Amino acid sequence: MSNLLLDMRGIQKTFGPVKALTNVNLQVGNGEIHAICGENGAGKSTLMKILSGVYPAGSYQGSIHFDGQERNFQNLRDSEALGICIIHQELALVPMLSITENLFLGHEIANRGIIDWSLAHDRAKELLDKVGLLVSPQTLVSQLGMGQQQLVEIAKALGKEVRLLILDEPTASLNEKDSERLLELMLELKSRDITSIIISHKLNEISKVADEVTVIRDGITVDVIDCRAGSLDESRVVRAMVGRELADRYPSREPELGETLFEVESWSVEHPERPGQDFIRNISFHAKRGEVVGIAGLMGSGRTELAMSLFGGAFGKNIRGKASLAGKELDLRTVRKAIDSGLAYATEDRKGAGLVLGDGIGRNVSLASLKTLAKRWIINESEEVGVGDGYRRTLRIRSPDLRQPVERLSGGNQQKVVLAKWLFSDPQVLILDEPTRGIDVGAKYEIYAVVNDVVAQGKCVVIISSEMPELLGTCDRIYVMNEGRFVGEFPIAQASQERIMHAIMKNEVIQ
Amino acid sequence: MSEVITPVTPKASVLPAIKRGAREYGLLGSLLVIVVFFQIFTNGALLQPLNLTNLILQNSYIVVMALGMLMVIVCGHIDLSVGSIVGVIGSIAAVLMVQYRFDFVTVSLICLVAGGLIGAAQGYWVAFWGMPSFIVTLGGMLIFRGATIAISQGQSIGPFPDSFVALSAGFLPDPFGGQALRVTSILLGLFVVACFVVVEWRARRRVAKAGATPVAMSLFMLKNGVVAALIIGFCYLLATYRGLPAVLVIMCLLIGVYTFIMNRTVIGRWIYAVGGNLKAAKLSGINTARVTFLTFVNMGVLAAVAGLIFVARLNSATPRAGSGFELDVIAAVFIGGASASGGVGKVIGVVIGAFIMGVLNNGMSIMGIGVDYQQMIKGAVLLAAVFVDVYQKNRA
Repeated sequence: MSNLLLDMRGIQKTFGPVKALTNVNLQVGNGEIHAICGENGAGKSTLMKILSGVYPAGSYQGSIHFDGQERNFQNLRDSEALGICIIHQELALVPMLSITENLFLGHEIANRGIIDWSLAHDRAKELLDKVGLLVSPQTLVSQLGMGQQQLVEIAKALGKEVRLLILDEPTASLNEKDSERLLELMLELKSRDITSIIISHKLNEISKVADEVTVIRDGITVDVIDCRAGSLDESRVVRAMVGRELADRYPSREPELGETLFEVESWSVEHPERPGQDFIRNISFHAKRGEVVGIAGLMGSGRTELAMSLFGGAFGKNIRGKASLAGKELDLRTVRKAIDSGLAYATEDRKGAGLVLGDGIGRNVSLASLKTLAKRWIINESEEVGVGDGYRRTLRIRSPDLRQPVERLSGGNQQKVVLAKWLFSDPQVLILDEPTRGIDVGAKYEIYAVVNDVVAQGKCVVIISSEMPELLGTCDRIYVMNEGRFVGEFPIAQASQERIMHAIMKNEVIQ
Repeated sequence: MSEVITPVTPKASVLPAIKRGAREYGLLGSLLVIVVFFQIFTNGALLQPLNLTNLILQNSYIVVMALGMLMVIVCGHIDLSVGSIVGVIGSIAAVLMVQYRFDFVTVSLICLVAGGLIGAAQGYWVAFWGMPSFIVTLGGMLIFRGATIAISQGQSIGPFPDSFVALSAGFLPDPFGGQALRVTSILLGLFVVACFVVVEWRARRRVAKAGATPVAMSLFMLKNGVVAALIIGFCYLLATYRGLPAVLVIMCLLIGVYTFIMNRTVIGRWIYAVGGNLKAAKLSGINTARVTFLTFVNMGVLAAVAGLIFVARLNSATPRAGSGFELDVIAAVFIGGASASGGVGKVIGVVIGAFIMGVLNNGMSIMGIGVDYQQMIKGAVLLAAVFVDVYQKNRA
């Protein structure tokens, strides 16, 4: 391994008390395609932000050598000047500008401030040819499909004389044909001596293009696998990704399952921005009284969208299917009706969609159930304060008083406020979307305890989570979701991280 | 869990209460400073009973509209058309009363309904089609100004029947006689003070009962004492002239009603939630489109009330009536501490904001400052007030 283009050693990065990266090493040889694997939150994006200079030198520990020299990038421009180019999952193109305008955004082909359009279009055409995109450079980006936009991004990188191309989950939002084309293009770029890093969850893609795989788990490089010699040992990758011990981080519970409480049949939903195409595809599932049901899956698999479409059509268009509670069919056409039918959905985006940040605990807790606190539309404020204070005590929400704006509370306490709001609405079915994202272990434990309380009352809880240990530690049964469908179902006794990962990779619809 | 939750002791405190109300106390302080300033520089003319009465009459329609505008702005929108609604309602009232000889009660009802319909017509596009309120009401501003001119055919129409003028521009009757001092006005003032103290007292008890920290007794007494002195002093001054203007009573009733709506009712809470976090409001089962729609309907009705008060005061409806009012109203709301991004703003702040603008207008006119400088100063005050808000927010 003498011919290294990139050599990152002993990278450490902390955000306040949280250790994002503990010890990451990444060596990428010249002209190879290097894959990085890891669960959500393993530290892949943090690593890439360090590499590209978004987190400047000095804010992390460890060394970066690029092209044989130690580098201290202060910002994105420093890394770009050396030909390091990142293409993010969310594309950074301006939709209402043409391809040409996007390609040269910030480095317009201009003479004394006046753009030379014919030269610019010619140059754009050349770049588009290189990536095999056969459309006019004057086309607006908004008229292109996701796959084509991805190609424009790569063309943009080529325009900057890229040496190291980093693709962050490039095929996550592409269909199979477009994914195929993108992988072909990566191999072609390799033949032209452009080194690439691909971050991906899809093992079949990795084994197709990658020369080497680095696996990161919990901010540590745990395995480096050379797959030039033969085919990739997929189970080795999966093992490395999830090989964590399940510590005693979950309160115990004796499951007492009753009859089926909540049942969803043939649920299909279209994406509002992509009409005519089902985003959630024909999903059926159920939850029994006293049961905690998990929905596992990667980000973007449609878990949140499934939950929100059930919750009064808060997501999606043309929603079809049947939902019933204790055998009675539900009318879930508005959020109000969903709440009144006994559903509650605690969002994954607690700041953006869960809390009114400027309000205190009391007002946030009562928001979904104001009418129960009001007589003839007049709010009984003393009762409201009593309710808020009650939840503050039972959930141990740390706040000086009820009127303290919740934006000043810590993430864990904010999450408890969201939880209190939905507990107060007295639901039969409590859906929790990433209930412990970004909060500390202690608060997590308390939230799991609340979940146990709820099911002990003969209700059911649905937990959506990207953290598989969390699902394994709290659920009675786990569904696995991928690309808008359920691709696996495991009773807890049969569930394991490996099995869930395999179900996602295999991507076979269950019946 | 090693964390220990400190038990809440309902101990009276001064500091948090002041902090929480800092914005309102600051505003009230600014208003008092401005009043004292002009009282000095107009050689006492500002607080002459006659001038004080005028000040109230001039400001009443701005305050009334600011109540509706507060709801619209808290909800996260804006209404630029209110000045034109004042104009069009004025001309409708004038045509019906002066040319068709309808009685004023019928006409007032028709006008309020018309105002509500105008608000609904605009709110419909904003709430149910997601059109930007700035654009919709900019269109409304032009349309209803044009309608005003069309209905009045470009003429001033008047005078109105006496009964109508008396309702809006008259004074409280005084059955106790008392030419030098209108006793009714003083009694009404005392009554309002009594109501205020009772409401405050009950609010304080409610807070204490719920286990939260109530305001310290000393601060409570101070606040109530100052408010009582202001109200009684104010009523006394007015009583030495012609008593309380009828409009002042209407205005105070509306202020009371809207304070109650915004603070204590479900719909008020919904408005704050929609402006505070639209997504969270939606996911909490609030019909956000309907709430938005209703704030515009309400704005239309209040603009109609203001239109009636305004034409009655001038005793004629002119094609240009109400033009530019929207700016005074919006300025009052922002000076009063509402946030341009929605979710924040109090009725009491907005009322004080309206009076700050009113006293500035009136005081500068008495001092003989030209309209040119008046406008510049008012603009600067608006910027300064909003800057203070933004500055505090950035520091927090």
